[in-house]
Amino acid sequence: MNSFSYDPAWAETLTTPFMLNAALAGLCIAVAAGVVGYFTIARHSTFAAHAIAHIGLPGATGAVLLGLPVAVGLGGFALGGALVIAALGKRASEREIATGTVLAFATGLGLFFARMSSSASQQLQSILFGSILTITDDQIIGFAVFDAILLAVITVIYRPLLFSSLDEQVAQAKGVPIGIMNALFMAILAGVITIAVPAVGTLLIFALVVTPAATATIVTTTPLRAILVSTALCLVSIWGGLVIAAMFPAPPSFVIVTLSTLFWGIAKGIESLRHHSAA
Amino acid sequence: MQRMDTAPSRGPSVECRDIAIKRGDNTIWSHGTFTIPRGTITAIVGTNGAGKTTLMKAELGLIPLSHGTMRVLGAAPGERNSRIGYVPQSYTNDIDSNLTAEQSVLLGLTGTRFGFHPVTRAQRAKAYEAMAFIGIADKAGLRLSELSGGLRQRVAIAQALVCDPELLMLDEPLANLDLASQRTAVQILAKLNAEFGMSIQIVAHDLNMLLPILTGAVYLLDGHPHYAKLNDVLDSRLLTHLYGTKVQVVTTPQGDMFVTPNMSESAGERDMHDAGEIARFRHHGGASAHAGAEGEAQ
Repeated sequence: MNSFSYDPAWAETLTTPFMLNAALAGLCIAVAAGVVGYFTIARHSTFAAHAIAHIGLPGATGAVLLGLPVAVGLGGFALGGALVIAALGKRASEREIATGTVLAFATGLGLFFARMSSSASQQLQSILFGSILTITDDQIIGFAVFDAILLAVITVIYRPLLFSSLDEQVAQAKGVPIGIMNALFMAILAGVITIAVPAVGTLLIFALVVTPAATATIVTTTPLRAILVSTALCLVSIWGGLVIAAMFPAPPSFVIVTLSTLFWGIAKGIESLRHHSAA
Repeated sequence: MQRMDTAPSRGPSVECRDIAIKRGDNTIWSHGTFTIPRGTITAIVGTNGAGKTTLMKAELGLIPLSHGTMRVLGAAPGERNSRIGYVPQSYTNDIDSNLTAEQSVLLGLTGTRFGFHPVTRAQRAKAYEAMAFIGIADKAGLRLSELSGGLRQRVAIAQALVCDPELLMLDEPLANLDLASQRTAVQILAKLNAEFGMSIQIVAHDLNMLLPILTGAVYLLDGHPHYAKLNDVLDSRLLTHLYGTKVQVVTTPQGDMFVTPNMSESAGERDMHDAGEIARFRHHGGASAHAGAEGEAQ
């Protein structure tokens, strides 16, 4: 067993190039997850977020098997899964057994592909649990471009997306193209998950895309503020994870998820205390 | 509230000629030829599954007609939806949103606009006006998930009103509301009709609560929609046919009218059985079931 000891040279570790890359990637991921997280909750699509990450797994390991970049396979499968979920519409959330079965199968398939080649097998753990310390310059440029597109698209569709999240029937009657909104949102979600997987992996994605947004909706009421708070919580979780992982021999993914969960737990606790005192 | 009547026509709010709707091979209803005048409060009544919500969705252009023609506010269904306020049935049940009442009402003004548009002061004032009219201005900052069903219903009506509709459509607005909330909702509808001449359509089970304000009703009978003025609807024989159980219309000495199931021992006592209960009675059928129906109604 490795000894769990404090590393006094942690400040130096933070100045290394891979840490700088990790910090920049964390910023890009926090912006993407913060923006999309609010809508994921407003649209009751949190299970879909979880599902899309799992569906992406065989894409990721399959891509390694074929010698393609992980992001290509992951993104392709996530997008395909997202569009199928969008096509099923609201019913998808009610089909928990079908969705759960497909998830289990996808994860199994991901394992199968991983076992077909030794390089995929080596990458399996980083795909499942993230490897934020190995992010390259090219990946960061990709993330930044994705963030720019994401912010532009969300700015344009912000109100109709919010309206269709609140009440699909009224929005439809008023002329919002709810089918397109749903497909577009799911495609965005697939993109955000694809860029967030390097940070925490497919298994822990919920804690980065959904949990900070859930915390934000507890502490603030307007959508814009919730998005900003959620982005900030994401960023603190990721950067905090990097700093603590430099001090102690803990994987960054674990610390990131722990911080995110901790913030949510505190917000929940304060909320229930307030409700008790109000009642 | 200020209203701009941009409508060129003062014709009927809805005009139907031989309309029919099919879902798959199944005809939901057909041969609907009727006209709903402007400025009226109209109930859409019928037994469960008769196609009341379907009629409303057809008027909004969300479900295509399989036969016939329909004009809503002088245009094809769906073309003038910006002049229609719509409050669907699911509103009070399903909405578990973190949005505040004010944000929700504002979306009635801004929700269809693509692009970057900060909320203007005029829009905010408009939303406040709508909420004040409905009597929920003091709830503006509360989240929908914190509001009761009755208040959420009123937020939904305020959202529908904020764009100054000519026609307001509500699907089962009184379902799941307690008696006081039902009364408030009915009073709000009456006020909208009286002050602005707004045409209102209400899908309803409970005719009794609406009787004081109704002008007429579209009733879905034997697979066909018909329109009748209130006095014609309140015909015991028609209602009996409509609900498939014996129904009586009782006028009290005060002039109030009630629709009641025809039970010799209770008809004179003015007990209020709503139409929803009446609809349930039909499953018991015949006079022998009266005791059972009584038990259920209590």
